[in-house]
Amino acid sequence: MLSLKLAYKNLIGAGLRTWLNVAVLSLVYIIIIGTQGIFNGMNEQASRTMIKDEVGGGQYWHRNYDPYDPFSYDDSHGRLPGKLDNLIKSKEATPILIRQAAIYPEGRIQTVLLKGIDPGQQILGIPSAKLGVKDKVLPVLIGTRMAKSASLKMGDFITIRWRDVNGTFDAVEGKIVEIMKTTVPSIDNGQLWIPLKELQKMTRLDGEATLVVVGRHVSGQVDAEGWKFKNHEILLQDIHELIKTKMVSSAIMYVILIFLAMLAIFDTQVLAIFRRRKEIGTMIAMGMTPRQVMSLFTLEGAMHGILAIGVAAIYGIPLLGIFAEKGLSLPQATESFGFALSDRLYPSYSLSLVLGTVFLMMLIVTIVSFVPSRRISRLKPTDALKGKLS
Amino acid sequence: MKKIIVFIVVILIIYCNALFAEQLSGRDILEKVDKNFIAQNRISTSTMIIKGRRGTRRVKSKSWIQGTEKAFTEYLSPASEKGTKMLKIKDELWTWTPSADRIIKIAGHMLRQSLLGSDVSYEDFTEDPILNNIYDAKILGEEKVDNRPCYVLELTTKTDKVAYYSRKLWIDQQRYLPLREDRFARSGKLIKTIKIQEVLKIGNRWYPKKMVFKDVLKKGSGTEFIIDSVTFNAEIPKHIFSKASLRR
Repeated sequence: MLSLKLAYKNLIGAGLRTWLNVAVLSLVYIIIIGTQGIFNGMNEQASRTMIKDEVGGGQYWHRNYDPYDPFSYDDSHGRLPGKLDNLIKSKEATPILIRQAAIYPEGRIQTVLLKGIDPGQQILGIPSAKLGVKDKVLPVLIGTRMAKSASLKMGDFITIRWRDVNGTFDAVEGKIVEIMKTTVPSIDNGQLWIPLKELQKMTRLDGEATLVVVGRHVSGQVDAEGWKFKNHEILLQDIHELIKTKMVSSAIMYVILIFLAMLAIFDTQVLAIFRRRKEIGTMIAMGMTPRQVMSLFTLEGAMHGILAIGVAAIYGIPLLGIFAEKGLSLPQATESFGFALSDRLYPSYSLSLVLGTVFLMMLIVTIVSFVPSRRISRLKPTDALKGKLS
Repeated sequence: MKKIIVFIVVILIIYCNALFAEQLSGRDILEKVDKNFIAQNRISTSTMIIKGRRGTRRVKSKSWIQGTEKAFTEYLSPASEKGTKMLKIKDELWTWTPSADRIIKIAGHMLRQSLLGSDVSYEDFTEDPILNNIYDAKILGEEKVDNRPCYVLELTTKTDKVAYYSRKLWIDQQRYLPLREDRFARSGKLIKTIKIQEVLKIGNRWYPKKMVFKDVLKKGSGTEFIIDSVTFNAEIPKHIFSKASLRR
């Protein structure tokens, strides 16, 4: 307790030097927690949006389907087994058929994916109801990115060419009935959504699908021969990995910041030992062991970290709170990140993030404070009293 | 009297010829067309003139073709395409480019991609060239194309596995070459047109010299395909039609 009081008094007594160190350390706390909070927010937001618009509560894939292998698309279709069909009939799942096609915007050929979805489905947040219009032309739903890349507007007609299951060409005019604004690029880029029944008829794949999306509240898996169930862990793996990669690249920034802060603490400690050598000698002469003096100095150094927590809390909690509530406006460039982000990003700060950061920083500050203090153990009291460092 | 007999005989011959000509079925005409195109072996050099938005490109190539199932093509120019090779065996296709030094199988959707940015797709190469094997032919009538009398044939697929559901051909009545061809989707939408603008005669065989392929759905003035030289029934070493020859 005496050491604590003494350390605190010495630290406050150092005046501006202490507060400068504390300010730098608190800034490091805020930057690390703030940035990690942004990544957590990204992860949560992307996962939430993808679950809502693309992934649902999980998906059953046809055994040949591999989204990363376009060669697999031609053979990725099959009739739905009874149990999956029952889920669809009870509106707990919706089937999607995926086929490749080409469109000719402004006379250019562009390869696209034709995705057939039930207009009445309510499993995904896609505005598929717009495809339910009774018209002679084929209704087509696209996303804003697709509309931009193909220069398409609402009401535009577009020639779609595809091959049926036997490889025979077919072509028809489609009408853009809706342009959806979605933050999920994987349901937008290079894709045309059309009514499932139409696509099945067009490709002569009646009653077949490529994948089945189950509702978010459907629990348990059903046995479906020839179909593989993919849970959130698999379906969102890419997003998690991508954000993890971005987190790792930000770690370089943290290392630089921590290094600068630790350099300041280290210098302060070295200077304190040099300037207070007579004091150290007196303390040892009066009966303190070099180990106790060393602890005192280490405690003083570590207290920078504790004070920094207080200072960071004073300005950091309101600052980060505002960000968490109001969100951060994202520039257009974030579309190129490759995952679902809306115009505003809401950072997410978890207790584990705050405690983890505090623990890590305190550990580093303590180690950095301890290293210069080790010199005290080699100090002779008589030399120290004379102002010498042996 | 003698003159009258000669006149009657001539009239009879013309009538018989006409009668015989009328009796030609669509299948017979297609057979004659196929005979013109199909040879045991064929070595040809050709130039493809691709007219795009950014200008015109000329691609020269040499092809070795055996029957209807095997073909090997090597691109000779321009520098960007030089050395690229393509091998077709039955309905499979592989390419090799010197820059990638990798044999790539062209399958699935890639078959539908255009060949070197032209109006010709890879799968135009993989199709069975014997039309009688895959289409039923019906004679629609007669029309003139470039002042040459032609049979107009409507071809409808008799097999499920065919790229174009139907075709319309204008076949030269004397040379049995299709001077014009329209290819249709199942819905009846016109997808591609081919016009033979120049022909050449090699032995008893008429062969296209200059063809224009046009993807109707795409903007542009199409792709010209010019046969610079062709030799029929030439000796082709067996090793040419192997994947190993792609790397040679």
